[in-house]
Formats: sequence, C-alpha cells, structure tokens
Amino acid sequence: MKHGLGSKIYVMAVLLFAHIPMFILITFSFNKSRSRSHWTGFTFTWYNKLLHNSEILQAALNTLVVAVVVSVVATVLGTVSAVGMYFLSKRLQNVMTILTNLPIVNPEIVTGVSLMLMFTFLKFNMGFETLILAHVISNVPYVVFSVLPKLKQMDRHLCDVAMDLGCGWLQVFFKVILPEISPGVLSGFLIVVAFSLDDFVISYFTSGPTSQTLPLAIFAMTRKRVSPEINALSTIIFMIALIIIFAMQYREFQGVKAKQSHARKGQGS
Amino acid sequence: MRNLAILATGLVLLAVIVAKQSMLYNKKNAKISINVSNWGEFMSNGSNSLMNVNYEFEKLTGVHVNYTTVSSNEEAYAKIKGGGVSYDVVILSDYMIARMIAEKRLAKLNYANIPNIVNIMPNLKKLNYDPTGEYSVAYAWGTVGIVYNSKEIKEEVDGFNILWDEKFKNEILMFSNPRDAFAIALRKLNISFNTRRKEDILAAAKELKKQKHLIQAYVMDEIFDKMQTEEALIAPYYSGDVINMMNDNQNLKFVFPKEGTNRFVDAACIPINAKYKEAAELYINFLCEPGVALNNALYGNCSTPNIKAFDLLPENVKNNKVAYPDEQTLKNTQSYQFISTELEEFMDSLWVEIMVADENNNVWVMPVFIFVCAAATISLGVLRSHNKRQRV
Repeated sequence: MKHGLGSKIYVMAVLLFAHIPMFILITFSFNKSRSRSHWTGFTFTWYNKLLHNSEILQAALNTLVVAVVVSVVATVLGTVSAVGMYFLSKRLQNVMTILTNLPIVNPEIVTGVSLMLMFTFLKFNMGFETLILAHVISNVPYVVFSVLPKLKQMDRHLCDVAMDLGCGWLQVFFKVILPEISPGVLSGFLIVVAFSLDDFVISYFTSGPTSQTLPLAIFAMTRKRVSPEINALSTIIFMIALIIIFAMQYREFQGVKAKQSHARKGQGS
Repeated sequence: MRNLAILATGLVLLAVIVAKQSMLYNKKNAKISINVSNWGEFMSNGSNSLMNVNYEFEKLTGVHVNYTTVSSNEEAYAKIKGGGVSYDVVILSDYMIARMIAEKRLAKLNYANIPNIVNIMPNLKKLNYDPTGEYSVAYAWGTVGIVYNSKEIKEEVDGFNILWDEKFKNEILMFSNPRDAFAIALRKLNISFNTRRKEDILAAAKELKKQKHLIQAYVMDEIFDKMQTEEALIAPYYSGDVINMMNDNQNLKFVFPKEGTNRFVDAACIPINAKYKEAAELYINFLCEPGVALNNALYGNCSTPNIKAFDLLPENVKNNKVAYPDEQTLKNTQSYQFISTELEEFMDSLWVEIMVADENNNVWVMPVFIFVCAAATISLGVLRSHNKRQRV
C-alpha cells in the first residue's frame, strides 16, 4: 500500500503530539534548577534526592501495594463473575451486563463520593482496607468485559464434552475454560494494574492516613510546587513500562516467527 | 456450580488475607503510630541533605508516623470532618484553626508535654485565631504580598489596586482559593477581611467579578513557572514562595500592599478524636526543637516562628525583608479570623459562581443536553429493535 505525504505528516503529527509531553518530562528531570520551563544544565541531583525522599518513596510503595492487591483480587472476582455470567440465561445475562456496566459509565467522582459516604456510614476506618475495596469495586467490570468476549469465542460444547468424559466443574474450569480465556484474563489484569496505579479521584475520597498514594502526594504538592523529584520518579516508571511493553512485543514477535516457520515447514513436507 | 461458588469464596478469602498482610506492613514494628497531616513540600524529608524529620522522630521515640499531605485547608477540614479518619496532629492555617475551635473539633494541648513552647516567638502566641493559645503551636508564618516583574512594569506598585488595572489585562494572576481572593478584594475596598457583614462580602464578590476579564489565570503552584518565565507579570502570593521565585528571576520584586495585608500562621494542633494525644504532643514538641524547626524552615522556605531556629539561620535569610519584615510593616498586617460557617459557605458559593460564571452561559444548557442525549439513545434503541423485527 502506498501512503501519500499528507498522511505521513498526519501520522507523525499525531504521534508527536501524543509522546512529546513524556519527553519534556524526562528532559526536565535532568534540569539543574527547579524550573519547569528553563533549561539550566544537566544533573542527576533529582534522582539522588528522590532516593532520600521518604515521603515520595512511601507513597510510591503504597501505590504499588494497592495496585498489586487490587489487580489480583479484581482479576479473580472478574473472571469468576464473567464465567458465571456466561452460563446465565440470555435475559439474566443482559441484566448482569447492565449492572456491570454501571460502575464504568458512572463518573468516577460519583463513585468516589458514594463510596466515601458508605464507608463513613459503616464506620470503617479509612486506610488500605477502604482504598483497596474501592479500587476493586470500580475495576472488576473491566476484567469482566475483557474476559466475556473470550468466553463467547470459545466453543461452548467443549465444556459439555469435558463433563461427559468425567470432568468435575473445577476441572472444567481449570483445564478447559481457563486456557481458552487466559489472554482475556491477562489483559484484564493489566488494565486493572494501570487503572489502579493512576487512579486519583476515587483514592482521594477513600484513602486514609496510612495509605496516601502517589497521585495524592503529587496533588498535595501543588500548594507549594511539584518537586522535580516527581519528574525523576515518572521517568523511572515510564522506563519500566517501556521495557515491559518491549518485552511483550518481542515475545509476540518471536511467537509469530515460530508459527510462520512452522507453517513453512508444514508446506514443504 | 456449587464447586465454583466454593472456589470463588476461597479465592476471595485468600485475597482478603493478602490484603490484610499488606496493610500490616507499615505497622509492624511500632506499638503506637500517629497520623500526621501537613501541606505537601512543607516538612524536611531527607532530600536536599536536610534532616528527615519523621524518621528522626521515629528513631528518637519509637512512635511510628503515618505522614500524609494535603493541598488545602479545606481538604484537610473535609477529611477530619468526614469521619472515618482520625488524625493525631494536623497542621492548619489560622482561620481554619479558628473554625475548628469554634466547632469544638480541637483538643486543648497539655503544655507540660510541650516544654519547647518557650522557643516560639511571643508575638506568634495567642493570636486572634486562638486567643488563649490553648489549641495550637505555630509552625510557620508569612505574609501575602504582590510579586511583580520590574522589567516590564515601570509604574510604582504599592497596593492591590494594580490587580484591577486595565493596562495589565491578561498579565495578572490571582489566587484560586476563595479566602485569599476575597481578602484582597476586601482590602481594596478598605474593608477588614474578617468582616462579618454579608453586604461587604457581596461587594467583594462584585469586585472579583469585575476583575475576572483581566485575569490570565487563577493559580496555585503554576504561579512559579508563569512568573519566572515572565508569562505573567503581576500576582499576589505568599512571601516564602515569592523568595523562591525571586531566586530564579532577578527581575521579580515583592511589595507589601499599602492597604495592609494578611499575615498567615500555620500551626500544629490536635483534633479532639486523636487516638494518641500524648504522642501527638511529643511530636509537636519535637517540631519546636530548634534544629528541626530550622530544617523545616529551610526546606519549606517559610518564615520560622522559632526564636532559636531564627538565630541559627544563615545571615542572608535572616536579613531578608520579604521573609522577616520589620515591625512597622507587620503592624499593617492582620491574620484571618474565623468569620462563621454560614458566611464562609456563602463566600464559597459566591466563589464558585465567579469561577463558573460566563455571561453567555445558560442554566438550561446542561439539562437540555442530557435530555437530548437520553432521547437520542432511546430512539436509536427503538429504531434498531424495529429494524431487527422487520428483518425477521
């Protein structure tokens, strides 16, 4: 396929627009002064300071713990409920779909405030418990909707066959269903990790004195000035994300190559 | 199906246990942990080769500190009032402390546990937000003044009037929080910013509305970049932060407005529902240690209320007239008082009105928009099911 110059420029413009902010942030994490607009010289000071800043590091650790716990819990709950929904009657499945859609469609601020009201009404102490609960509640639907399509692609009769051959329900789930839907489960898991890591609105209303996450800590800095140490930390996080994406792409690429060579061999014989 | 249910419950239980474990991780070594709330970037935390205050406190006392930061008094207030959270030490500004005292949300301090109170400057004790001095210990202070770019503004800047000058349209920045913004408008009208009359507040709101078309942006921390890069030329701001800006741009100058201005005090206090009041007092006492106060003042770039810490400051900071103005200037300042919950809410609602007001904005736009969306969705759904039926 031939591409005109116009479309090339268009694509370049879009890509630049999407990615330039990140590069500006990375550049300014090496800036000597605190300025976010004037370049005054190259330095690693902010990275060094970051290592000694217990406030930011604690917040980053909190964020990470919450993200890991939430993504595990939400993935398990979401997968199980997706499987449950799949075996419901058409009508009930529609009802469930609507109910699962609600937290996604509902503005985060409404979810956040209502969760806060519920927690105070139930006399919960705001902290890790409430933060994790809140994140799980708002994230389960994403897992459900990334698993459900995979279930629908699956041949339903496989389950019946397995049961006819003597599998119990558990065995069917682990040996037949799970392998079929695992890409959906994995993508659901990753979505939840990403959402939980950067959630601000819901965390704002449901976190407590022990569980300040990174987005909240950064927001609190706006009274004085957001420290360039945050740039340094963001750069590190960005690099980790980049490496993960590269690794995944590489694996996929290897997989495709293996398949192709396999297919070629098949043709040859 | 039953097995599946059992499996699900099992996994949920497992997850709960994992969650519980992770919650315990930052409580494990300390018998007591206190919850502390402060502004962001306001306490020395070990970077800049300064002291890590919370760490030193933990090392000294064995009391664990859960340190959280907020961006505004209102946010801290909402958290304390909302329940579900009990803080042991909160650092708030003067007017919010007055409000909390009026609403009986603060505990009286036991000064037997805070011997370092002697280090606090006498003129920062028993100010009008806490007339008896029973509830709060000053942590930092400063004034609100006008920072402007002397390269671009040749006129003499001496008062808040300049923030209403048509000549500087789109070059002016303004506070994005209601209390500070109203205070400026009230001083411009030569009314005390602790006025308890509704008419005064309405008049100030009118002034702020008049000013809106001149304002480039309502800001908090964006002000640093905007002033340093000369994107904006004039703004009211807190003295300590202005010193930061002046260090980065030599053209910036600071003036104390002739109308008189606000001298703010941020002070530590203990909410009435604090779990460990004694540990909290220990913490406040620790904050009054000269060395600790010095580190905090250097880190946050605010004026210290601590006499001994002041003596330890480098000469150029000590003699900085922006941070430590002379008595004459200070006489022309006032601190915020709590006016009344009702009036503050009135102020908040007027502020929201000023912020969202747009002459061309119609109150019906939102409802009509929602209605049209709903109607479109429903009619699309009906149309689709109709088409489906026809096809069948």
